[in-house]
Amino acid sequence: MKNLSFLTVGVFFGIVMAKSEAVSWFRIHEMFRFESFHMYGIIGTAVVLGAASMWLMKKTKMTTLRGTLVGYNPMNLNIKRHLLAGTIFGLGWALVGCCPGPMYVLLGSGYTIMLLILAGATLGTFTYGLVIKYLPH
Amino acid sequence: MNLAVNASSLVQFISQPWHWAVSGAAIALVLALMTWMGRSFGVSTTFKAFCSAAGAGKVSDFFKMDVKEEFWRIAFVIGGLIGGYIATHFLQSPEPVAISPETVDYLATIGINYPEADAKGIGFVPTSLFNFESLSGILMAVGGGFLVGFGARYGDGCTSGHAISGLAHFQLPSLITVIGFFIGGLAMTHFIFPFLVG
Repeated sequence: MKNLSFLTVGVFFGIVMAKSEAVSWFRIHEMFRFESFHMYGIIGTAVVLGAASMWLMKKTKMTTLRGTLVGYNPMNLNIKRHLLAGTIFGLGWALVGCCPGPMYVLLGSGYTIMLLILAGATLGTFTYGLVIKYLPH
Repeated sequence: MNLAVNASSLVQFISQPWHWAVSGAAIALVLALMTWMGRSFGVSTTFKAFCSAAGAGKVSDFFKMDVKEEFWRIAFVIGGLIGGYIATHFLQSPEPVAISPETVDYLATIGINYPEADAKGIGFVPTSLFNFESLSGILMAVGGGFLVGFGARYGDGCTSGHAISGLAHFQLPSLITVIGFFIGGLAMTHFIFPFLVG
């Protein structure tokens, strides 16, 4: 039943991602060429309004439906790791034109090629698990 | 009768491409809902859950986890898939994605036709590049997906986790990761991609 509510939020997320065109390879290419404000507008608005709502939830000490307080588990700061990981991700993001969320949305939109991209992403995740101890963390 | 007319014009209204501000606000609402429901807004951990479910815990402790704990996240992405289906089949935009004329002109110079030839009316993926018939397309799809999956796990999050949730919680590691997203994205778009399709 709880999972059904996450599924419902996911349906909304999928519609938003498709109607905002944020799932479009062309929009991502355009963003990295700085030829439109569209994607920056979406991400910027989401971050500003997201930050405001997170601030409000923390300020009012709102409890979540699981009875916890709103917070964020901070990661240890390791500039080398964040830059390296981000760069690897960015190379893939700009090539396939979609990050993990849109991969699922595009599969639902009928782009079966996403099965290959999702398989590649799962393989990449698996490979990370194999080489984890050789990487700076 | 009026109701029916209103419902159909409402569908028409929603079917237009959404303004960036509406879209951004809707994504912030997803973040707020997930937070209220006591979970984080992160998608890439589903890949880790798939590895774990397939038995990857036998070769690396990294994958030793209780997959049942991730069912909510898997439900969320299945919802995303259904949402993509609904948006494309019932709320389809009247025209393909309207990217800037500069991008259209540039893509033409590297042999990517936009919109008609590639877009199939919705313009989300250049299917002339990414399709099951071309070996280079298959390699780019698997290779690009690989980089996304590897980078997301190494960085402990993808766009939803870092660029949206992390930044909304003012996390410095997330900001540095997002800078990395752009270093990689700019290098791919401006230097590597033209070479790959050239």
